[in-house]
Amino acid sequence: MIPTVDMIWGWLNDVPDPEIPVISVVDLGIVRDVHWDGDTVVIAVTPTYSGCPATRVISLDIETALRDRGLKSIRIKTQIDPPWTTDWLSDAGRVKLIDYGIAPPTVVGGPACCPRCKSKQTSKVSQFGSTPCKALWQCDDCREPFDYFKCI
Amino acid sequence: MTQDTYFEFLCRMGDNTLILGHRVSEWCGHAPVLEEDIALANIALDLIGQTQMWLGLAAEVEGKGRSADDLAMLRDVWDFRSCLLVEQPNGDFGQTMMRQFLFDAWHLVMLQGLEKSSQPRVAEIAAKAVKEVTYHVERSADTVIGLGDGTVESHDRMQAALNLLWPYVGELFTPDAVDIAMAEADIAPDLSVLRSKFDARIGGVLAAATLTIPTNHFAHKGGKSGKQHTEHLGHLLTQMQWLQRAYPGAKW
Repeated sequence: MIPTVDMIWGWLNDVPDPEIPVISVVDLGIVRDVHWDGDTVVIAVTPTYSGCPATRVISLDIETALRDRGLKSIRIKTQIDPPWTTDWLSDAGRVKLIDYGIAPPTVVGGPACCPRCKSKQTSKVSQFGSTPCKALWQCDDCREPFDYFKCI
Repeated sequence: MTQDTYFEFLCRMGDNTLILGHRVSEWCGHAPVLEEDIALANIALDLIGQTQMWLGLAAEVEGKGRSADDLAMLRDVWDFRSCLLVEQPNGDFGQTMMRQFLFDAWHLVMLQGLEKSSQPRVAEIAAKAVKEVTYHVERSADTVIGLGDGTVESHDRMQAALNLLWPYVGELFTPDAVDIAMAEADIAPDLSVLRSKFDARIGGVLAAATLTIPTNHFAHKGGKSGKQHTEHLGHLLTQMQWLQRAYPGAKW
C-alpha cells in the first residue's frame, strides 16, 4: 500500500528536533510540503536560521524516519521562500516548549513569563543564546536563567 | 546585464558574508565574556549560512559546474569580491564591534533593497537574511553605544576604531560598473540612495555613543572589484582554506 500524504505528515510529527527534542519538526513549522512525485516522496524543509547546523541533521533524521517506515525513494528539498517565521510554531509546540523550560516567542519580542515560576518579571541577558534561534533571559524572581525562542 | 556581471554581484554578496563570518569566528573561545563569545559565534554562523545561499546561486549562474564550496575554498585573493572593510583584522573587541556595526548598518539597508529585487532568487535570499541581520545590527549598535558612552578607556578605543575603519566605509557606497548594471536591471538598489539611509542610522547611534564621525571622506577602494585587496585577505585565506589546500578534495 502506498502511504498517503496525511500518513507521512503523521510520521514526520514523530521526528524530534535534534536541538529541542520535545518538539517535532512539524511542531517547529519547518516541514513546508509533502507530496508524491511519481514513486518519490518529496519533502520540502525550510531552515530556521540560514546557518543553523541542525538543518542537515534534520534532513537526515527525516530521511531515516521515512526509510524505517518502508519508503524507498525520498527527496528532501530545501525551500527558503517564504522564509521561516516563529509564527509557524504550532500551539502544541508552544506548550511543549514551556514544559521543557523554553519561553515561546511572543509578538512583543520577549517572554510572556518565566517558564519555571511563571513570574512576569524577567530581564534579557543576551539577544544571542545557546542556538541561533534562542536568546538568553533570566527571571528576576526565581533568578533562574532560561532560553527564550526569538521571534523571527 | 550579462550573466558575468550578475555572477560578480552575487560573489560580492557571498564573499562579504564569508570573509566577515570567518573573521568573526576567530573570536570563538576568546571573547571577553561568555555571552559575547556565543553571540559572535551565532552571528558568524548566520553569515556563513547566508554565504551558502549567495555563493550557491553564484555557482548556478556561472554554470561551470563549480559549487558554493568550490568558490569559497578554491579561489585565491584576486578572485575574491569582498569589500575591504570585512577583511580588516579583528583588533580589540571594540574594533571588531565597530567593524560589525558599520557592516551591519550597510547590510540591513542593502538587504531591504534586495528584497524588492527583480530576480526572485535574490529577493528570496534577502528576505531570509534580513530577519537575521535585523538582530545583528540591534546588537552591534547597542554594543557600540555601550562602549562608546562607557569609560574614558572604552570611549577612546571606540573612537580610534571608528577613525581606523571609516576610510573603508566609502567603498560600500561608491558604485562601479557592476553596481550600476545591477541597479539598472532592478536587481539591486542604487547605492547612492542607500547612503542617506545608512547615514541616518549610524548618525543616531554614533551620537548616542558620544563618538565623532571623521570629517575626511577619503575612501579606499579595490576590494569589491578584486583589484587591490589589503594584505590581510591573503593571511585570512591561508587559515580558512588551509584544509582544502593541504588535502585537495577532502570531504567532511
